[in-house]
Amino acid sequence: MAVANPANEAPGNRALRVGAVIREMARRPSGLVGLAIVGGHVLLAVISPWIVPYDYTTQDSRLVLASPSPEHWLGGDHLGRDVLTRTMLGGRQALVISGLGTLIAVLWGGSLGLVLGLIGGKVDDVVMRVVDAFMAIPWILFLLLIIAVLGTADAVLIPTLAFFYGISVIRISRAATHDVTARDFITAARARGERMWTIVWREILPNVRDVMLVDGAMRWSWMILAFSSLSFLGFGITPPTADWGLMIANGRSYMAVAPWAVLAPIIALSSMIIGVNLSADALAKTLGIDRAQKAPV
Amino acid sequence: MFKLILRRLALGVLTLVMVTIIVFVGVEALPGDACTAYLGRDTALETKLAKCRDDFGLNQPAHERFFVWAGGALQGDLGISTRRNKPISDLVQIRLRNTLLLGAAASAVGIPIAILLGVIAALTRDRAADLWISTSAIFAMTLPEFISATLLILFFSVWLGWLPGIVITRPDAPVFEFLQDIILPIIALAFVMTAHILRMVRTCVIDVMASDYVQMAILKGVPYWQVVFRHVLPNALLPTINLVALTLAWLLGGTVVIEVVFNYPGLGRLMLDSVSDRDLALVQAIALILAVLYVGLNLVADLLSLVANPRLRTMKV
Amino acid sequence: MTDALVEVNNLSVGFTGAGGATLAILRNVDFSFGKGETVGLVGESGCGKSTLALAMMGFLKPGLRVLEGDILFREHNLFAMNNNALEDIRGGDLALIPQNAGQALTPTSRIGRQIEESVRLHTTLAPERRRERVIELLSQVRLPEPEELLERYPHELSGGQQQRVAIAMALAGKPEVLLLDEPTTGLDVTTQAHVLELLRDLAAQTGTAMVYVSHDLGAVARVSDRIAVMYAGELVLQGPARQVLRNPAHPYARGLLLSIPKLKEAVVPSSMPGRPPPPGKAVQGCAFADRCTMAGQLCRDVSPPLVSTATDEVVRCHYHEKVENLPPPEPPRRGDGRSRDLSDTLLRLDDVSISYARPGVIDQILGRQPDVTPTVDDIVLDVARGETLGLVGESGSGKSSILNTIAGLRPPRKGTITFENDVSLNAPVDRRDTDLLRRVQLIFQNPDASLNPRHTVAELLAQPLRLYFGLNAGELRDRSVALLEHVRLGSHYLGRLPGQMSGGEKQRVAIARAFAAEPELVLCDEVTSALDVSVQAVVLDLLMELQARHNAAYVYVSHDLAVVRAIAGRVAVLYQGRLCEIGPSSKVYALPSHPYTEVLLGAVLEPDPDSIPVLMAEDAVELSPPARGCPFQRRCPHRIGTICDTTKPPWQKTGDGHVIRCHIPLMDLERRQRTKESARRL
Repeated sequence: MAVANPANEAPGNRALRVGAVIREMARRPSGLVGLAIVGGHVLLAVISPWIVPYDYTTQDSRLVLASPSPEHWLGGDHLGRDVLTRTMLGGRQALVISGLGTLIAVLWGGSLGLVLGLIGGKVDDVVMRVVDAFMAIPWILFLLLIIAVLGTADAVLIPTLAFFYGISVIRISRAATHDVTARDFITAARARGERMWTIVWREILPNVRDVMLVDGAMRWSWMILAFSSLSFLGFGITPPTADWGLMIANGRSYMAVAPWAVLAPIIALSSMIIGVNLSADALAKTLGIDRAQKAPV
Repeated sequence: MFKLILRRLALGVLTLVMVTIIVFVGVEALPGDACTAYLGRDTALETKLAKCRDDFGLNQPAHERFFVWAGGALQGDLGISTRRNKPISDLVQIRLRNTLLLGAAASAVGIPIAILLGVIAALTRDRAADLWISTSAIFAMTLPEFISATLLILFFSVWLGWLPGIVITRPDAPVFEFLQDIILPIIALAFVMTAHILRMVRTCVIDVMASDYVQMAILKGVPYWQVVFRHVLPNALLPTINLVALTLAWLLGGTVVIEVVFNYPGLGRLMLDSVSDRDLALVQAIALILAVLYVGLNLVADLLSLVANPRLRTMKV
Repeated sequence: MTDALVEVNNLSVGFTGAGGATLAILRNVDFSFGKGETVGLVGESGCGKSTLALAMMGFLKPGLRVLEGDILFREHNLFAMNNNALEDIRGGDLALIPQNAGQALTPTSRIGRQIEESVRLHTTLAPERRRERVIELLSQVRLPEPEELLERYPHELSGGQQQRVAIAMALAGKPEVLLLDEPTTGLDVTTQAHVLELLRDLAAQTGTAMVYVSHDLGAVARVSDRIAVMYAGELVLQGPARQVLRNPAHPYARGLLLSIPKLKEAVVPSSMPGRPPPPGKAVQGCAFADRCTMAGQLCRDVSPPLVSTATDEVVRCHYHEKVENLPPPEPPRRGDGRSRDLSDTLLRLDDVSISYARPGVIDQILGRQPDVTPTVDDIVLDVARGETLGLVGESGSGKSSILNTIAGLRPPRKGTITFENDVSLNAPVDRRDTDLLRRVQLIFQNPDASLNPRHTVAELLAQPLRLYFGLNAGELRDRSVALLEHVRLGSHYLGRLPGQMSGGEKQRVAIARAFAAEPELVLCDEVTSALDVSVQAVVLDLLMELQARHNAAYVYVSHDLAVVRAIAGRVAVLYQGRLCEIGPSSKVYALPSHPYTEVLLGAVLEPDPDSIPVLMAEDAVELSPPARGCPFQRRCPHRIGTICDTTKPPWQKTGDGHVIRCHIPLMDLERRQRTKESARRL
């Protein structure tokens, strides 16, 4: 039989589609640059422990605020540690924490928004009021407070970030669901007597997936930003672990004498965020969604 | 329309009530209370703790304390800072003024520029001007505030020596003494804000340009600039009112980083200090103030669009 | 043609496609008209007629460009003009009346200001006189209370009023040419007839030339001296209206005319095979060859030239002499749904009422129903097994609400719905058992909305098969292929997504999906309204065939009286959610009628040069039904007094199950209507 059962076909189609989307993204110059930057950072994060030239904790008194040299390409920091080594390692925490955090945020916020958008009515009204209230609360304050009280372990950082970011995902996913549920094919499925989860899974999800993907990509970049801001304020990563935000905070005091110690992590962090953003933009254009329309919250 | 306004006001109040509850419960739910935080968790002796809790009335049941606190907040009394032993209202007042000053100045600079650039980008869609503006906006939007602020200091005060890098003026100094200190923080804040608003304005204008009524105006023989000013902008800028408010509220919550970088004596830094000190009463108070700002800004935006949009204005509920 | 006002010379317009190839959507169009002429430009969607109309204003949508040829207005090339000159001409000498006036008026600007803008730009009137002129224009398009209207915003007007404002705006510059781009599409039947009469009168009064672009031959027939027919970007036929409508020299025009349902014939019109090539597709030879019954090798190889005929037509066909003698394609199908045993009742609605009003907070607390006039009320209907009941009415008549209520999507506020005499259909979908759900199926108006864009045809058809019959993979495929065959689609459609099919194909998949359930009752909600006429005929034919095969009953909702006449054995006429008349279609479409039915029938436009619509009632749109009395009291041309406002009219029987709900005695009613009828004949 030439055409197999459609259910068996679906995974193949999906893999094909992912490939096609990435190819289409790479066709745009900005998308290509974005994907290359993100790919580079991920690759670096994976292999950096094996390729760094020095140990990231070793303090060398001769290297304190030293200028770049053939041995130490990016010089040394205020404690005499090699800046290149620390810069290469400094993105790993940010990538892992923000990546996992975004995933969880999109999953919980996305599913709650979907269910709310579908059932509507009083439950929806009440939950949305609570969501509104949460949006009004300065989340950075609570983030700081939770971290101050509970510590900076990943087990604290990831769920906390995921919780606060998930709140805004609810609204996006709920709005996207509303767009879909107003269409006749949902009415058709209801009239046919499909069960609720079938409607969610087979009818709605395929149509909100793209919006959620783009939203997730965008939120990822914001979460990297939030995470490094925390670490800049001293609420992220415990020293001596290398982290860009922390490196910038420390190097700032000496930037008159050792600007490289600040500029290296600045360039690394900026490039990662811009890369994620360019990719998110290209993804949005490829999937036909304009993300500039969405409010930043 | 009167009914709509009333409903919107009621909704704002409801949100604030819920915010108070969430803030209170949130702080309660975390381990430790104001006294353990004040005395330090490990060294706190039972007797000292008990006395402290007595002094600050922490022995009452949570719901009673909530009503005392919320009732006080309603009358402008935000309680007493455990750590600083001062009424919170006094501590917060001047800091709030400074943060609002920063926000207002940045908006005054940023919003007009954002609208102008957004409209230019939309009208030159996919041509050179648009590409430059849009790409710079992505950069400005995505650069973390501590990076742009740090770079600003590096260039303008460390290397060029034109402006002071950090604010050394007393927090309660009169406004005009801040003027010189505040330039770099304003630029840093306006940078992000402009980028966000610009992108929204651009999208809205592009949408309206593609509408049937703009095509009709062109086919009516209306000259290009009249089409832009009479038919495009009034419609394109309506949805941006709400977006601007959202962005503003969102950024005000995030000024903490900029205030830290520039050592600016605003609410954000007080927030950071209060967290570091575990000054829980102060944390609650600041959270509440920022939430009021958020709700208030959105309310103003909603009322503005209600007045500006004939479709909403003439709606009968 | 001497003294051409607008002259389109060998115009080709196209765009650059995805692969960099140039795709033409207008090909070598030659077209011209002189002062005071009225020309109809007809064709189905995608044929390029709107592009041509806009091009005549020197305007191309973004992305389009002129490939060759030009358009002259008073011998000046529109595409060579600078912006200033174009701005002068647009809205001045050449004015456009757009398709959807609701979206073509700037939402934030008052009506008065928008019309005044045109007056300011295109006349030399002093500022203080402009207001007066705007009021004059508004009265000219027969809008009541123009002074008050000046201060209104577009969204506060009804569709018909918005269209009139657009007409007033176009007249502001005292144009020599009015270009009308589907100006009445989307309006209700009665409103459309009123707007068309207005346009006719205006053309006669002002001597303005009009180009009337439409897919609706009925509308074009009413307003044009000359008709031009477009197909796949080409102008294939042009000639005097009477000749084109009676005896066109092009096989496409002939097929198009034959596929339009007629009010007087209770048959499904014959359909044309195939579908037009998608816009921009390169065509070798004659574009119509694939669908033409007399096409030969010559047609497939050589593009036919434009030739003049003895009947004053200009036609693009190699064999145009033979068109007149073509035999009718196939004998039209008589509706099977009309000869049913009506005693075998399948569905019965008794005293059903539907309300959209949601109880307010206080009512909710007290647990009481709001005391408002329900949207749909007092519905008593039954449907026999295997028959087709047509449900006719204008927008807001509640016809779709009734379907949704039968389908269980919105429970009735009161009344009972029974299926097969004993099963209650009052329960919402989630409380009906699977078998009952299977037996009642719903087909929607727009397949773009009713088919999930992310599902392939295989998946779309598998859903009901899995749900109702629990079929496994192999059975699913065999059954799906069989279903596709029943709607005349090949098995290669299984892998397609909705986005890869034409409108007609999508609707056929939607129909196949409904019949996958092997239903006994199929609820059809305007299923052909979104389709082109030639496609509509195919779908109607298919519905008849499937009905015969499955012995299913249809409740067929439509605003189009001719379509309902073609397919339904019995018809119910609705106004403002209340029934006016029910009966066998032969009786409903004949006298005596309910006054509303009479108004509706009078407003129908037929593609016949001798058919003249009768305008009787005001076309003012009513927002809510009256609380008491006859629903049609405010617009009724035969109103007899306060009894109409206060008392619910009685059901009057004429026999054969035909009932009319009116206070006027039937004899009297028929006499009044005959008088009107004969007045119209004269």
